[in-house]
Amino acid sequence: MKKLSVYLWIVVCFVCFVCFAAFSVQAADPPAVGGQLPDFKLPAPKSSTDKNYLGVSGIFFSGPFTVPQIKAKVVILQIFSMYCPYCQKDAPHVNSLYNKIENDPALKGKIKLLGIGAGNSDYEVGLFKKKYQIPFPLFSDGDFKIHKLMGEVRTPYFIGVKINPDGSHQVFYSRLGAIEGNEKFLNEIITLSGLQ
Amino acid sequence: MKKFNLLALTVAVSAMVLILPPAKDAFSLSDAYKNNIYQTGPLKPTDSRLKVRLGEKAPGFTLPSVSGEKVSLEDYYGKKNVVLSFVPAAWTPVCSDQWPGYNIVKDLFDAHDAVLLGITVDNIPTLFSWTNQMGKLWFPVLSDFWPHGQTAEKYGILRTDGTSERALIVIDKKGVIRYIDVHDINERPSLEIMVKELEKLQ
Repeated sequence: MKKLSVYLWIVVCFVCFVCFAAFSVQAADPPAVGGQLPDFKLPAPKSSTDKNYLGVSGIFFSGPFTVPQIKAKVVILQIFSMYCPYCQKDAPHVNSLYNKIENDPALKGKIKLLGIGAGNSDYEVGLFKKKYQIPFPLFSDGDFKIHKLMGEVRTPYFIGVKINPDGSHQVFYSRLGAIEGNEKFLNEIITLSGLQ
Repeated sequence: MKKFNLLALTVAVSAMVLILPPAKDAFSLSDAYKNNIYQTGPLKPTDSRLKVRLGEKAPGFTLPSVSGEKVSLEDYYGKKNVVLSFVPAAWTPVCSDQWPGYNIVKDLFDAHDAVLLGITVDNIPTLFSWTNQMGKLWFPVLSDFWPHGQTAEKYGILRTDGTSERALIVIDKKGVIRYIDVHDINERPSLEIMVKELEKLQ
């Protein structure tokens, strides 16, 4: 009986450890290529421009939405912070990437961009948007909730998500670092997502 | 047998603690710093006794700046409102994630006829290397290194380990203290609140 109790203790400890470790690893890993995004929702955009851009307006989308609900074939998520010098420096390049997509009839409407401000309040995200005249939607993540789900990545971090016609999705790009040469980045996005 | 149970539990818990990676700090995420930020872990929120009060004349100081010249608080009397941003130390998580944000909102300070003075107890070479990672800063960065932390001590915000508190102090053109936020060292103060305090000076 005593022996059984010892074994039981060891098994309980082992199970606790495995559960704890599994949870910890899951929380610490950025979205992997070939995998899916963690489960999170973004609030309905306040501006109608952002709503229309993401295709999350109308009677079906009055509240929070998930990334795969965005009307696009590919979504590029940018994890940034207004306090991050590299994100500040990279902002004009990301804007130019957006313009390149919007000015190309073959890409417009198919690739959508959105930014998530890790640890930034609505006010701070608003300042960043105004300072760099950012034309695509930005969302705040003041309490680092989404950032934690994304494996607490450093910034700027880009995640490419392919949205399939059946509503399923797949991460095809997940990398730390500024865009800089946006032509190369865009070509990579197009190729890796299988868009063309 | 009870002892054995306890031993098994201790071994299992120790294994968890040793094998699992330590929690990352949510601040200082910018790739600009690479892996050069020292992770302090959670610190005692405040660790000093404030010596100044709202409505009092701010203690004067003259400190060397990273760009070479000496800066005195008195230089701004009658000319500009002043925001003092004391941060605990260079190359630490939250501090590295504070001034770069202020660096893109110069217009907010200008709109309220205010200047920002960044102060730490680090020496000039350290401040030079650290602030170089933030891009070109528009505001002076001052070194309160020697006599060590003398200015922080005048305000009563020198911590017992020789670093300063994370504090924001707003001083009007008459040299009177109008706002004091000795912030939890582990958190970044809200930019919105600071801007609201500047608005009150008008």
